[in-house]
Amino acid sequence: MAKLRGTGIAAVNYPTGMNLGGDPSQALIHATTTGTFVISLSSTDLGQGLKTVIAQIGAETLGVPFENVLIDTADTDTGPHCMGTFASRATHRVGNAVIMAAKEARKVMLEVAAEELEASPDDLDTDGQGNIYVKGSPERKIDITSVALAAHFKYGRSISGRGMYIKPKSPVDPETGKMDPDSTEAHACVVAEVEVDTETGEVTVLSLKSAYEVGCQVNPALVREQIIGGAFMGMSHALYETTAPYYPSPDHAPGSFSEYVIPGPHELPHIESVVLEYPSVNGPYGVKGVGEMTANAPIPAIINAISNAIGVRLTEYPVTPEKILRALERSPKLKQPAQTGA
Amino acid sequence: MSEVTSAVARDVKKEFHVVGKSVPRRDGVGHVTGKTVYVDDISFPGMLHLKMVRSPIHHGIIRNVDFSAAEKVPGFVRVLTHRDVPKNIYTILCLIGVGPDEEPVLAVDRVLYKGEPIAAIVAETEEAAMEAVSRVRLDLEELPAVFDVEEALKPGAPILKPWGTNYFVYEGHHCRRVRFGDVEKGFAQADYIIEEVYNTSPIEHAPTETTACVAKPEPDGRYTVYTNTQALFFTMDNTALILQVPFSKLHFVGGTVGGGFGGKVDVIVEPIATLAAMKTGCPVKFKYTREEEMRVSSTRSAWRMYFKDGVMKDGRIIARKVISYADSGAYNRHTPYAVTKHAANVAGPYFIPNVYIDAYCVYTNRQPASAMRGFGVTPASFAVECQMDKIAETIGMDPWEIRFINAYRNGDMRPHQKVVEDATLIEVMKAAAELAGHQLPEHLLKMHSWDREKA
Amino acid sequence: MASRIVAFNLNGRDVEVMVKPLTTLQTVLREHLHLTATKSGCRQGGCGTCTVLVNGEPMLSCLLPVEDIAGQQVVTLEGITPVEGLHPIQQAFFDNYAIQCGYCSPGMIMIIKALLDRNPNPTRQEVMDAIAGNVCRCTGYESILRAAEDAARRLQSA
Ligand code: FES
Ligand code: FES
Repeated sequence: MAKLRGTGIAAVNYPTGMNLGGDPSQALIHATTTGTFVISLSSTDLGQGLKTVIAQIGAETLGVPFENVLIDTADTDTGPHCMGTFASRATHRVGNAVIMAAKEARKVMLEVAAEELEASPDDLDTDGQGNIYVKGSPERKIDITSVALAAHFKYGRSISGRGMYIKPKSPVDPETGKMDPDSTEAHACVVAEVEVDTETGEVTVLSLKSAYEVGCQVNPALVREQIIGGAFMGMSHALYETTAPYYPSPDHAPGSFSEYVIPGPHELPHIESVVLEYPSVNGPYGVKGVGEMTANAPIPAIINAISNAIGVRLTEYPVTPEKILRALERSPKLKQPAQTGA
Repeated sequence: MSEVTSAVARDVKKEFHVVGKSVPRRDGVGHVTGKTVYVDDISFPGMLHLKMVRSPIHHGIIRNVDFSAAEKVPGFVRVLTHRDVPKNIYTILCLIGVGPDEEPVLAVDRVLYKGEPIAAIVAETEEAAMEAVSRVRLDLEELPAVFDVEEALKPGAPILKPWGTNYFVYEGHHCRRVRFGDVEKGFAQADYIIEEVYNTSPIEHAPTETTACVAKPEPDGRYTVYTNTQALFFTMDNTALILQVPFSKLHFVGGTVGGGFGGKVDVIVEPIATLAAMKTGCPVKFKYTREEEMRVSSTRSAWRMYFKDGVMKDGRIIARKVISYADSGAYNRHTPYAVTKHAANVAGPYFIPNVYIDAYCVYTNRQPASAMRGFGVTPASFAVECQMDKIAETIGMDPWEIRFINAYRNGDMRPHQKVVEDATLIEVMKAAAELAGHQLPEHLLKMHSWDREKA
Repeated sequence: MASRIVAFNLNGRDVEVMVKPLTTLQTVLREHLHLTATKSGCRQGGCGTCTVLVNGEPMLSCLLPVEDIAGQQVVTLEGITPVEGLHPIQQAFFDNYAIQCGYCSPGMIMIIKALLDRNPNPTRQEVMDAIAGNVCRCTGYESILRAAEDAARRLQSA
């Protein structure tokens, strides 16, 4: 019996969005009488935090406090079309649509403020705290509630905007595969350290140390949670999960959480990551998609680490204890116990 | 303890007010108080429940279905079969021009996977619906089944599709092709030829909240559907097409999902629940049991990928040929597109001048596969990165060095003929090595992704 | 089989429900009483999203016939949520981003409440042991462990 240690690395790219028949999302923004901005969408939050980051992007572009922005989603009667939440696309696509809508609404807001302040709209700016002021003389200012009230009841103006972002369809050339299937690429590199118990075939992932490059982060805490949750799912894929434990045999298909093997908190490795920010060319505030990639890179890193530990190259996942014990029979690192019989 | 730090490398110096700040989640209070409303938390007076009669076999002919005992269960309301579904055969990607239609909402005369829906039972309670389902008598004739992607393509395999093959047809081709440079010439020039086959098994999304919807008739003749789909309009538009009703008849409400991971974009529960609401005039809930979520809902596909690389002594990969097979299970769902995305990424984030890829979308008698976090790229990244280690080992090079040497950089052409413009592979490798305490040699530390030194 | 009346104490209030034999506490809470903070991830005892406290002990309400808890004290997430603000455990989950899709959160908060009630200062190992039957598919558990430790600190200094 021995415990073998190994390290493995993996470096990956992950595309943001897709081009399926054109990949659009829309946003509509309007201000209420008192200067609350409602962003209407039909987009879905899977738990990654879309409702939060979209409000951040909207507030930033409008130049109003985060608290003044409401997200109204998802209802097909009131929210304009969104392709959906998948392909690491939502923050990129919906964010871009919201920026466009917010710029249009902001323009009206500044025009109304300009009337009230007797200034030119070009000379105005927002302070992000709920005021619009004259650049260079910040004491000449008006609060957003007063601007919204004036727009509604004095000038008859709708402080609103429409936003539409589309990644146009790129047909795939059937002969060469020439295509433009995505908007940008995020990148990750993971270093995994594992320990393999040669008696039981069990693998302990000791650590996952990784660098993620995700464009700019709208909300670093939410990016962090994607990275940790994704790393855990990647580890789970690498070592445990499948609906067909003896693929291609369809037998032993699990029907419950007791049968479908997913690791729990005890299996959580030490996870350390660094996030690099290189703004993307076309993402809102330089964003790239992060949601899917975080689960991808740990898989080969862990499997390479196991191969490194046992001295046998593994070529499939999940690498269950049974598969590791079989691989160990071929390992030059282990002295074979004397075999009896054939 | 885990730690995530940000090393800000942005060249934009503008300070933002709220972008870039870790503000709290907007839905956080709802989540921690249990006040967030998920679909299963919605119920209406008089609401009925829908459960499926499912195939107990992997492949077979439906000879007869007898509902007489089921109809006697107290609380039974009605049964729906394929005859009740206006456009029973469909494919969800038809909205973007993918065809032909091939998946039945309810099986007609044949079942292609264990768990395939044959009929829907609507009853006053969930228990009554389950009881009635258990009393339906199925007369099926079992047919030979195929479960392996390569077995499915061999002559003599049971043919699952009306067009006569077990693969999806890509504009006249039996696979998604990528052709770049001249791969055979590359192999001829290479110092090493390195081959391997990589396999992955199917994986379930296993969200803690199962797939569900509630369809409710409204007084104005419309139907409101509360759903945990990941794509609201996509699901609504497909539902309207399947039910052959004007799009304006439907109103979908959602946006809150108890875990998706790609598993909730298949448009499976909404059309039949809406049809049941139309046929009964009552709100109808259709919620997957955990067992259905595990055994019937679509999975991440299994893949088999054959790699053949031509590599020079100095570590440069000059040719890569990949033959990939995705196990789509019995129906398309999103797999034809996953295969295309796979083909665009299976050469990896590396610059390789000669690439040849054939990626197949193959049908088997397995529960359908579909989208999942990483969609076709997860298996590609796995195979590519294991192959990089194999190359390093074969030619006697450090695994970091092999990746640095081949890393794509801005301005490079990828095999699908898209120019790289946002490369940072070298940068993340340098950062990860530093974090892991691995000292990279000086010549690698000097490299960057911005432009290639003119040789 | 005839229905019968079962009486128990729910979140400090006496309630009576009329149920068929073997009706689970989960069904009573969610469907009869419309208290939907208690979730329903599997109804097989495998996910922990339905965790409630019965006489202070964590129980899977999906496996618990309501007859079995007649006359006993049941506490659900609704029962620990203040009218204004949040319970310290809820606040710790919120502040530590220990929520993504949120579907596991009610069960997690209840199981951690049960732990901290009997062990106000648990080690990380003890927190892991306590939540090991509760599935979270999103977070990788790290933020939940952090939240539990943060909650313990808040409760002790309160
Ligand atoms: S619903 Fe009770 S343990 Fe899953
Ligand atoms: S937050 Fe989604 S299951 Fe835990």
